[in-house]
Amino acid sequence: MDDDLYRAIADPTRRAILDELVERDGQSLFELCSRLIMKHGISSSRQAISQHLELLESAGLVVARREGRYKFHWFNGEPLKAITKRWPANAKKR
Amino acid sequence: MRINLSSVPVDDQEKAYQFYTKTLGFQKKHDIPMGKHRWITVVSPEDPNGTELVLEPDEHPAVRPFKSALLEDGIPFTAFAVEDVAAEHKRLEALGVKFTQPPTEMGSMVTAVFDDTCGNLIMIAQGGME
Repeated sequence: MDDDLYRAIADPTRRAILDELVERDGQSLFELCSRLIMKHGISSSRQAISQHLELLESAGLVVARREGRYKFHWFNGEPLKAITKRWPANAKKR
Repeated sequence: MRINLSSVPVDDQEKAYQFYTKTLGFQKKHDIPMGKHRWITVVSPEDPNGTELVLEPDEHPAVRPFKSALLEDGIPFTAFAVEDVAAEHKRLEALGVKFTQPPTEMGSMVTAVFDDTCGNLIMIAQGGME
């Protein structure tokens, strides 16, 4: 799980996906791909973005949910807490 | 050569006719009985002699799985140009139209995506496409 998390946020495209979901949560694959092209110049194939999303899902950072005939993607920041818990920002220096 | 027709595959021609005319505001150009189906085309009142949109039955067995796959990923089947996406979004939402993507700035364009109730997503866009 830890490795999945660090691997997930190590990639700039995956970080851009998270940025876009934080801006508007609950997006379709199409909307995410449009935003990545138009706002970040990331013109990866839909299939590639889909694979990025699967990786983000396995790290728990994205939740994909079906609503009727559509599928939307949601951001979940919960797993990121593990990072600051492990390395607190205000950790005392010896 | 010129493009005079474009089509959308609809699951029910009468329902589509109502939605594309009453809700979206297009007007009837042709409505000709063709056996169990109709040849229905609509045009924009802003361009009554322009490209006709055919409301085509989606009966072929390959069409429905194709449409569901597009729907699941939020991919619009086609796109229409509007003056003001935000205003159209507001107008259509008040008429009960479901949007999968609210008005969003995409570079020099503003786009939104809605469900046509007949198994397709449609994009409306302003700027960039003119």
